[in-house]
Amino acid sequence: MEKRIRVLIAKPGLDGHDRGAKVIARALRDAGMEVIYTGLRQTPEMIVNAALQEDVQVIGLSILSGAHNAIVPRVIELLREKGMTGVLVILGGIIPDEDAAQLKQQGVAAVFQPGASLEEIAEFIRTSVQQAA
Amino acid sequence: MEVMKRLPVYGPEHSTDPGAPGEFPYTRGIHADMYRGKLWTMRQFAGYAGPEETNRRFHYLLEQGQTGLSVAFDLPTLMGYDADHPNALGEVGKCGVSVCSLEDAEILFRGIPLGEVTVSMTINSPAAILWAMYLAVAEQQGVAWSGLSGTIQNDILKEYIAQNEYIYPPRPSMRLVTDTIEFGARHVPRFNPISISGYHIREAGSTAVQELAFTLRDGIEYVEWALERGLEIDEFAGRLSFFFNAHNDFFEEIAKYRAARKLWAYVMRDRFGARSERSLTLRFHAQTAGCSLTWQQPYNNVVRTAFEALAAVLGGAQSLHTNSLDEAYALPSQQAVTLALRTQQVIAHESGVTEAPDPLGGSYFLERLTLEMEEAARHYIRRIDQMGGMITAIEEGFPQREIAQASYEYQRAIETGERKIVGVNVFREQEQRPIELLAIDESSQRRQVEKLAALRKRRSRERVETALAALRGAAQGAGNTMPCILEAVRAYATLGEICEALREVFGTYQEKSIL
Repeated sequence: MEKRIRVLIAKPGLDGHDRGAKVIARALRDAGMEVIYTGLRQTPEMIVNAALQEDVQVIGLSILSGAHNAIVPRVIELLREKGMTGVLVILGGIIPDEDAAQLKQQGVAAVFQPGASLEEIAEFIRTSVQQAA
Repeated sequence: MEVMKRLPVYGPEHSTDPGAPGEFPYTRGIHADMYRGKLWTMRQFAGYAGPEETNRRFHYLLEQGQTGLSVAFDLPTLMGYDADHPNALGEVGKCGVSVCSLEDAEILFRGIPLGEVTVSMTINSPAAILWAMYLAVAEQQGVAWSGLSGTIQNDILKEYIAQNEYIYPPRPSMRLVTDTIEFGARHVPRFNPISISGYHIREAGSTAVQELAFTLRDGIEYVEWALERGLEIDEFAGRLSFFFNAHNDFFEEIAKYRAARKLWAYVMRDRFGARSERSLTLRFHAQTAGCSLTWQQPYNNVVRTAFEALAAVLGGAQSLHTNSLDEAYALPSQQAVTLALRTQQVIAHESGVTEAPDPLGGSYFLERLTLEMEEAARHYIRRIDQMGGMITAIEEGFPQREIAQASYEYQRAIETGERKIVGVNVFREQEQRPIELLAIDESSQRRQVEKLAALRKRRSRERVETALAALRGAAQGAGNTMPCILEAVRAYATLGEICEALREVFGTYQEKSIL
């Protein structure tokens, strides 16, 4: 029996706009994954600790505030410090193309800009986690 | 909640007499002449980086013909943190302007005669504090408070329901709102101390009916608290203003605004016994729907915004913001916001729709939709009444669940293609031409932090400490906190310091997430 993929969906920083994060969390649950939603105003430390505690394979960060360049590298750094580099980091929200390219170089597996489909995201996770396994 | 099915055709049997504009229950508009007498206020929401940049954007927009100001604040300001707070890292000036103290407010409004230009401020948890800063700047300009006109959003209930910019728990927050309504009624009588909002509820994914119902029910809650405070209904109800979304279902939106006016007139007269026409007439600002705009093919957004703006005008809005084509990318660039303003100006001066109040009145389709929306909203309002009111409903997660369900269904409909979005799931293009965007770097954070350090050295520490202690005392008691907030602001206590003093007394709110 295949183990379910475990995903942490997080809202880092001060931004409280959670429509996208909630819809994705629910869609991934419908797609058969175990999803933990952190709620709002998480620091990178809180997110990585939650990811460790919940033993997730994927962290999904939702950032619409423009603060992604301050937040995401910090999350990646903390994952490295804790030896959690096997965890897939995906990002969604308002992320300009140049920043998306930069962040992917720093270790983000995928950046989903506005209009990305739920199916696309679920499929990416399924394929990537399978490859890592 | 049932989705109202559209009939294949609408005829006279579906219609009803909507009354006359300027006459109870104001379905057709709050004035007999509407835009023949006075156009809506063109009020573009603006703010980014520091107060210096935003002041320049304000002057630019006024020069381009906008007729009122609307201030957008950054996340640290919205959440009651100074630019040098650890939580503010990377966030300063990104979503709006950073305002940390009266000094920033002075810069923000430099060269803006507050006695002549109306100012709307989109601020919620710290609204009383930003209002106090604005009032202090007016004082400095020599403008009497009785001459000030504008709005603070200050609608905390919709934060718990949708936007999540809350700091304190519901009851202390309602107390702060009531303090501002009372203070306004006594000292700033031409100012709207609240903008009861549906915009954000809709942006969070609600249906139009939910937007209408939850907004009006929030309004009812604020009225009850003000009456409980001892105010007479006609003392304050005339200054309650509203804020609705202008989304893309054209006729549904117009019906929504008409139903809103009708419902509110009956609520004011029959539920609360209001008699003054000012109390009975629902005045609203509208903003075209940010969530309807796309990242793909951004020039399509100009078209979307134009139709949405037209719906707001045909629906009788008193004030309007039109979104920019780069909505899904960044804060508006100068070119983009200018085009958005021109959209309003073309409607106002070239389309001719301003020449008749409620020009679509009598349309079989519209009158039927108006009735359906009214009935559906009444049903929701009754349900929330039965739960014990909006605060109880929020504590039980009711509006949040309704919105989460509606937003999930909306997204599923996009995924299946049942709901078509041009450029996103139909008529896609491979290539995307890049557009010029407004860039906000970390320099505003640096500048704001430096300014704060200099401010803290310059000001009288004793005066600040005394003011904050007095504020804590007032917050612990039952009196109106506005005078103490004003004194703290005049002493150049920072926003963060004032909010922290209130956090110490009120505590903070932790939401239980509902997916």
